[in-house]
Amino acid sequence: MFLEVSNLAKSYVTAQIRTDVLRDVSFGLEQGKSLALTGESGCGKSTLLHLIGGLDVADAGTILLDGLDVTGLNDKARAKLRRETVGVVFQQFNLIPSLTVGANLVFQARLNGSYDPDFAKLLASRLGIDGHLDKFPDQLSGGQQQRVAIARTLAAKPKLVLADEPTGNLDEGTAGEVLALLLGLVRDAGTTLLMVTHSQKIADQLDQSIKLSSGRIL
Amino acid sequence: MIRAVFSALLSHWLKSPLQALALLGGLALATALWSGVQAINAEARQSYARAAATVSEGDYAQIRGALTLSDFVALRRAGVLVSPIIEGRLNGVRIIGVDVLTSPTLTAFPTENLGEIEGPAFYGTAEALALVDLAPDIGKVTVEGAAPNTVYADISLVADLLDRGTEIDRLILLKDQPVGAASPEKLGYKVTPAQAGTDLAKLTDSFHLNLTAFGLLSFAVGIFIVHSAIGLAFEQRKPMIRTLRAVGVPLQTLIGLMVTELVGLATVAGGIGVFLGYLVAAALLPDVAATLRGLYGASIEGTLSLSPIWWLGGVVVSIVGALIASLGVFLKLWQMPLLAAAQARNWQTNGPLRRFRLGAVILCACLGLGILLFGKGLVAGFVLLGALLIGAALLLPSVLALVLSLGQRTASGVLTQWFWADTRQQASGLSLALSALLLAMAANVGVATMVSSFRVTFVQFLDQRLAPELYIYAETEDEAESIERFVEPLVDVVLPLVYQDTVVSGVPTEIYGAKNHSTYPDNWRLIEASQDPWGQVAGGSVLVNEQFARRTDQWTGAEIEIEGRTFTVAGVYGDYGNPVGQIVMTQTVFSEVYPDNRALRFGLRVDPDKVQDVSDALRDFGLSDDQIINQAAIKSLSKGIFEQTFVVTDALNILTLAVAGFAILMSLLTLATMRLPQLAPIWALGLTRKRLARFEILRALIFALITSAAAIPLGLVLAWVLLAVVNVEAFGWKLPLYFFPLDYLKLVIEALIAAVIASLIPAMRLGKTSPSQMLKVFANER
Repeated sequence: MFLEVSNLAKSYVTAQIRTDVLRDVSFGLEQGKSLALTGESGCGKSTLLHLIGGLDVADAGTILLDGLDVTGLNDKARAKLRRETVGVVFQQFNLIPSLTVGANLVFQARLNGSYDPDFAKLLASRLGIDGHLDKFPDQLSGGQQQRVAIARTLAAKPKLVLADEPTGNLDEGTAGEVLALLLGLVRDAGTTLLMVTHSQKIADQLDQSIKLSSGRIL
Repeated sequence: MIRAVFSALLSHWLKSPLQALALLGGLALATALWSGVQAINAEARQSYARAAATVSEGDYAQIRGALTLSDFVALRRAGVLVSPIIEGRLNGVRIIGVDVLTSPTLTAFPTENLGEIEGPAFYGTAEALALVDLAPDIGKVTVEGAAPNTVYADISLVADLLDRGTEIDRLILLKDQPVGAASPEKLGYKVTPAQAGTDLAKLTDSFHLNLTAFGLLSFAVGIFIVHSAIGLAFEQRKPMIRTLRAVGVPLQTLIGLMVTELVGLATVAGGIGVFLGYLVAAALLPDVAATLRGLYGASIEGTLSLSPIWWLGGVVVSIVGALIASLGVFLKLWQMPLLAAAQARNWQTNGPLRRFRLGAVILCACLGLGILLFGKGLVAGFVLLGALLIGAALLLPSVLALVLSLGQRTASGVLTQWFWADTRQQASGLSLALSALLLAMAANVGVATMVSSFRVTFVQFLDQRLAPELYIYAETEDEAESIERFVEPLVDVVLPLVYQDTVVSGVPTEIYGAKNHSTYPDNWRLIEASQDPWGQVAGGSVLVNEQFARRTDQWTGAEIEIEGRTFTVAGVYGDYGNPVGQIVMTQTVFSEVYPDNRALRFGLRVDPDKVQDVSDALRDFGLSDDQIINQAAIKSLSKGIFEQTFVVTDALNILTLAVAGFAILMSLLTLATMRLPQLAPIWALGLTRKRLARFEILRALIFALITSAAAIPLGLVLAWVLLAVVNVEAFGWKLPLYFFPLDYLKLVIEALIAAVIASLIPAMRLGKTSPSQMLKVFANER
């Protein structure tokens, strides 16, 4: 199993009120497969994604990613995991506003030493952003910015792509195009994909699907 | 409605206490430095006013020279209304004797008390009177508000106390002379006009102007902080403002309430600032008093008294400063459409502001150039300084952008590229704080260069002008003659020091007669000279000091008239610290011009090893210790006074730098909250929080380094303006500019340390930001 999540739990305490976001979550995912994580708002989908990606730390349980226990990693090792193993596509794109589209595209790849100019060019071409490489992110439309974010993630050749509602901010037509590109590229590269989505229609296009409700898998 | 809107507006400050601290702290610090300096100035001026009220030195024409009471009687008999004055010092206290019946200037004399005191009495402050030993039958009358460190009494009492017999120091000429009164000049007296160069207020004006300029600069630095805090608060409150307007709050009401809110905050900050200002003034005043005493012999009290006006003035300055700093924000608010984008954005990066900055820089450049070419006077000098500093501060963001863009272009690594690009983006948010640092550092470099140049020049000047190893003073002409005869065989040469106060070309001037001896050509450095100037002086020409040359515009080759005789100017010498004009001629020519003026002071050139022997011999001859002065002792005293002189400037330098450091800290802290959305994606891409924190410190260091690199040349230009423009206007002489690279390096290191300290708190916070807080950046987007 490429990804194995066991008895994962996470809670937050705000204003002395404890909220259990995830309770006893367990599931597995084979390498090269895609999984949709669905559920209502606040059910813990994004938190689960963040824990797997080493963006946050679990209270209990384990996450084995390609044999590595993510929950046992310190801050530095989690940073290495994010840099080299995982790629995250956010809903709000999170491009670096001070860098050009081209620089954004190759940023993570250069960061983890996997930069391949030909592959970056190919991605830019396939995602239709090759004509905008010298522009800055704020000069692009939402759809174009999300394509850059996807390209940035895939250019770094991660083993696992975590996508947090990547089309949530886009109109239906653009969302369809972007999703098709993301799924096509992930499949071509044989990358494992874990995607948070509200849409059952999107979930149906992925290999597997799990639904969360109040922090538990239904 | 008003209460609801007001509480909504105020809730912002409760939610953003750091911003409130930046606003209040900035205003309080600005007000503190401004009002502290004003308090020192006001206290000093009050002291001068009291001193002037006692003797009115500058207001009346005076007759000086070797005078006795018979001169007073002769002039009164000739119908000239004059009043005699005797002056001396006892235990460090200035003793003034005046004729109560004829003095025109006794406004501070407690005439209402005269009847209550039986018998003779001395008047003055309790502190001054306590230092004077008087006979038991002489009373002491305390007068509140009298000139500090000064006591005064009837001229007969003072004459007895100082053992002066019938000698008097000067005669004051009353302003309204009777018709038909004889002219003192025709009776053979030399009259020094009113408002002569020794006027205390005039002398000290430039010192106070420097202090005021510093206060103003510190205030400007503080206003930069306030401007930054208000601008940021406005951007962050935009959504609230939009909502308030959308629910029906009229724009005028909203602006009115925001102005009220600002005035309230400014009043609180002003109150705190005035209190802090009092502490600054109280701490610095003893040094100011020592400085003024050392520089000009002006006595001011070393303690501070406060008036309600001062308190009120400080608060008003705070309010006015806050309103000026927020003017742009209110104008923007007035023009903001109801449905304007509610997102806070970096308010310093917009186009109109950039255009405004560019326009202001061009305006400052034109103004500076205009003043440099056509400006005259001290005020013009300070306007030039202002234009220079404001222009540079406004230009700084463009300089930063240029340097950072070059850095980005040369970077090859992905992180270094991001670092430069991100630093470039941050530059606009920090530009106000960095401008404040630029101003503080430039002022520091400028003033330090001026002071140190002054110090170097002054020390060299002392070595030149105090060449004789010993100085002796005679009390009478007869004593002078016998001393000269006695000492001549014991030393290499005796240099009589003889001078006469007069007016030449309309300028109060001292004429010196110098012996034709190698001491002068060997030691005096001339600013400009003809061929063989000392040879020409020996042949009957004269040398003039720079002050005289500038005031009369008579330089080398000019012909000047002294007492009806024409002399050619053979050269001009630097005469630092002297407020009046000076002319040097040979002793022989001097004797021809002033045959009655004989030397009472002498400089003795003697082998330094024999100084003690000669001193002992002179004591054995009958000279008191007061009459023999060792050159080394004078130099040491003069240098000591000079070191004290700029202690205030140094303290203000440090305070201004501290204010700039506070500006950077506040900017970094307020920006830190806005930084999270920019840094969270980088963290998500695989950088640790600690590494990001280290980048933040490095960024602050780079900003401080670029600002320092801009501040040093700016400071040197500032120093040049101070030395070559302001100093000439204020004192009448130009100082050579020296460079002190080690001092500048020290300042840069201090600025870097300040930047690191300022960035440490936000960086540590970032390093400790929990992943959940980082993730909120992504969660908040929904």
